[in-house]
Amino acid sequence: MSYIKAENLTFEYKKTNDAGDILTTRAIDGVSFEIKKGSFTAIIGQNGSGKSTLAKNMNALLTPTSGKMIVDGMDTSVQENVWPVRQRVAMVFQNPDNQIVSAIVEDDVAFGPENLGVDPEEIRRRVDEALGGVEMYEYRKKAPHLLSGGQKQRIAIAGAVAMEPECIVFDEPTAMLDPRGRQEVLQVIRNLNARGITTVLITHFMEEAAQADKIIVMDKGVIRMEGTPDEIFRRGDELVEMSLGVPAPVELAMELRKRGIDLPEGIMTTEKLVEELVK
Amino acid sequence: MIRDITLGQYYPGNSWIHKLDPRIKIMATLLYIVALFVVKDFSGFIVAFAALEAVIILSKVPRSFIWRGLKPVILIIAFTLLINIFMIKGEVLVQFGIFHITKEGLLTAAFMGIRLVLLIIGSTMLTLTTRPIGLTDGIEALLSPFKKIGLPAHELAMMMTIALRFIPTLLEETDKIMKAQQARGADFESGNIMRRAKALVPILVPLFISAFRIAQDLAMAMEARCYGGNLKRTRMNAMKLEKRDLAAGLLFLVFLALIVLQRILM
Amino acid sequence: MSIEVKNLTHVYSEGLPHESIAIDDVSFTIGDGEFVGIIGHTGSGKSTLLQHLNGLLKPKAGQIIIDGVDITDSKTSMLEIRKKVGLVFQYPEYQLFEETVARDVAFGPSNLGLSAEEISNVVRKSIELVGLDYDEIKNASPFELSGGQKRRVAMAGVLAMKPEVLVLDEPTAGLNPKAHADILDMVDGIHRSENNIIILVSHNMNDVARMCDRVLVMDHGRLVMNGTPAEIFTREKELKEMGLALPDALDITLRLREAGMDISENCLTVQQAADAIASRLK
Repeated sequence: MSYIKAENLTFEYKKTNDAGDILTTRAIDGVSFEIKKGSFTAIIGQNGSGKSTLAKNMNALLTPTSGKMIVDGMDTSVQENVWPVRQRVAMVFQNPDNQIVSAIVEDDVAFGPENLGVDPEEIRRRVDEALGGVEMYEYRKKAPHLLSGGQKQRIAIAGAVAMEPECIVFDEPTAMLDPRGRQEVLQVIRNLNARGITTVLITHFMEEAAQADKIIVMDKGVIRMEGTPDEIFRRGDELVEMSLGVPAPVELAMELRKRGIDLPEGIMTTEKLVEELVK
Repeated sequence: MIRDITLGQYYPGNSWIHKLDPRIKIMATLLYIVALFVVKDFSGFIVAFAALEAVIILSKVPRSFIWRGLKPVILIIAFTLLINIFMIKGEVLVQFGIFHITKEGLLTAAFMGIRLVLLIIGSTMLTLTTRPIGLTDGIEALLSPFKKIGLPAHELAMMMTIALRFIPTLLEETDKIMKAQQARGADFESGNIMRRAKALVPILVPLFISAFRIAQDLAMAMEARCYGGNLKRTRMNAMKLEKRDLAAGLLFLVFLALIVLQRILM
Repeated sequence: MSIEVKNLTHVYSEGLPHESIAIDDVSFTIGDGEFVGIIGHTGSGKSTLLQHLNGLLKPKAGQIIIDGVDITDSKTSMLEIRKKVGLVFQYPEYQLFEETVARDVAFGPSNLGLSAEEISNVVRKSIELVGLDYDEIKNASPFELSGGQKRRVAMAGVLAMKPEVLVLDEPTAGLNPKAHADILDMVDGIHRSENNIIILVSHNMNDVARMCDRVLVMDHGRLVMNGTPAEIFTREKELKEMGLALPDALDITLRLREAGMDISENCLTVQQAADAIASRLK
């Protein structure tokens, strides 16, 4: 069953230059895809490929210039649907600092449910549960600016979870984190998906994309590839051509094939590569 | 270092004072400041001091923490003292050159000094024992009657919340930018006023750009979390007057009565 | 040209309850033209160490001697230190402030008091050194450039001071794979053409293994390892205990060795690993 569906979606940014002319840049150019309920989809692409713009179209922060974005059966360009869509599809952004509203962790997590008009006791329950889920409960009274990047990002995720969305879109959540923070955040994302939350992860780290059920590769506003990680990384040469890179085991397998070593398709992890090589 | 300043900070705790309704605390603080100006002699300050002392003890905030809060304003206090000592005319005690210290000057200086210290500690106790969100909620609630005449009470409170959240972030940002420009040979410490003012440009421009970027990101993040929707907003910690708030209110009225009586009788 | 760090110690918030030792008795030397990597996770003291190299922080104890000059001596002029050591912070594009690229890059050299002619020469040269077209970009506003270009301009601003030591704090943070590779190629190019000392702080072990002559490992404010990439990255167990990863290629090589493949090389790059494995299997 499809939860999010884009139909021939086009998005243009409009900007007025010094001379007063309106310049349009087409960030997304006639894209169609479906995201299944409960699935884990990764969207990869270079800067300027339109992947972030696409993410913001999924929860009506932006609405299509033409074409349609349907979330849970609702057209995002219909004004009455905007708030229901945002409640269903929450979003976590790249910069951990710039999305935390309150000077105390638990008050920030409460911000979303408060906006939704949830009862105080229910907010309390959701905040405690969400903070527990990202293993930040003991930090609930702390000031966010004293926490590490990975911890801040987990607070932001708790803030999204407390809205009880059906889907969370993560817009490059690990781009500004160190390796430890990245691991923490990725673990939390996987846990949430395992609990049934439809997950969309925008990233440029191939190792992260490899964890998804499905990868969509964006390039210059269009979808260049779509498939399981296995299907995508088989076309490693095309990814390299788009300057996207591939996970190290995939790259090594590609290099070995170039050197005349016969290896089966579908090697994505170190374990699998080692197993094939010592056979 | 910037993070050592305690003025305006919150000291997490669970004391009787911490638990009081922010509205009561804000009103009490305002009236306390008024009371300090009603007092006309030292005996009045004894009452005011005793009341503050009771609050400090009940709040369980360490005294060292409170003293640290005074540090940044010591200069202001010292300045006030000096002006009063030297400027007030009266019975001369000591004289050197054109300067003379009078008995009245000393008394006024002591009086003003005590008033200032009580005022600062009094208002610091409000921020030390009230979490930022409580403070803004309290202000919002106290201002809401003025909504009728067009005062945007909620928006003002939201602005305060965000300011409290981002002051440390912007201070950190300033520190980073300063260091980066120093690494490029910038000098913020020498030269005349004009030179120094000019030297601030390489800090202020990037800082403003950062602030705009934060504002843009934050607005987007708040919208994504349904802020500004047409739904009725609720609060996790809805403010509710408890018995202890009434008790505190009564106690405070007793204090005010004492101050007024003292003023009338003395 | 050499750097000598002797028993460096730095304490934050000394005497306050939250006092912490950021650098604890660190000593090392770096020789002429060396490319040195510093690794360690966030909070290990790397950033604090870098700021000492450039005189932004003064140590509680110890000395830093660069080219025979003790930069921790209070008599040494700050400008002198900054001329010797150029420090590029994380996300350096956030320090751009001028109306045009050329004027922004000129900020450093003009603080050094160079003549107008010297400044315009050095500005042109540094912008070219970071791989940008001077004539095309000199009058552009730095705020209208792409993320990768902004970062290059910011780096040019430090290079324009002609530092003999270039210190880079995570120069690729937040960049996508293409820009990441481009910036590192550029750093490599600068190292080859200028033959200066480069100190690179990075969380990316692949980059460190591929680019550096020597690696310093920091943990809890102490320097715990100092050696060639091959020496450092084969101490797998100790690195893991510190929460540090291995370069991908070496990790695969070690796994293969464990699984019984006769592979004795410690491959640091995917190319090396591919060659070594291919030679065994052919």
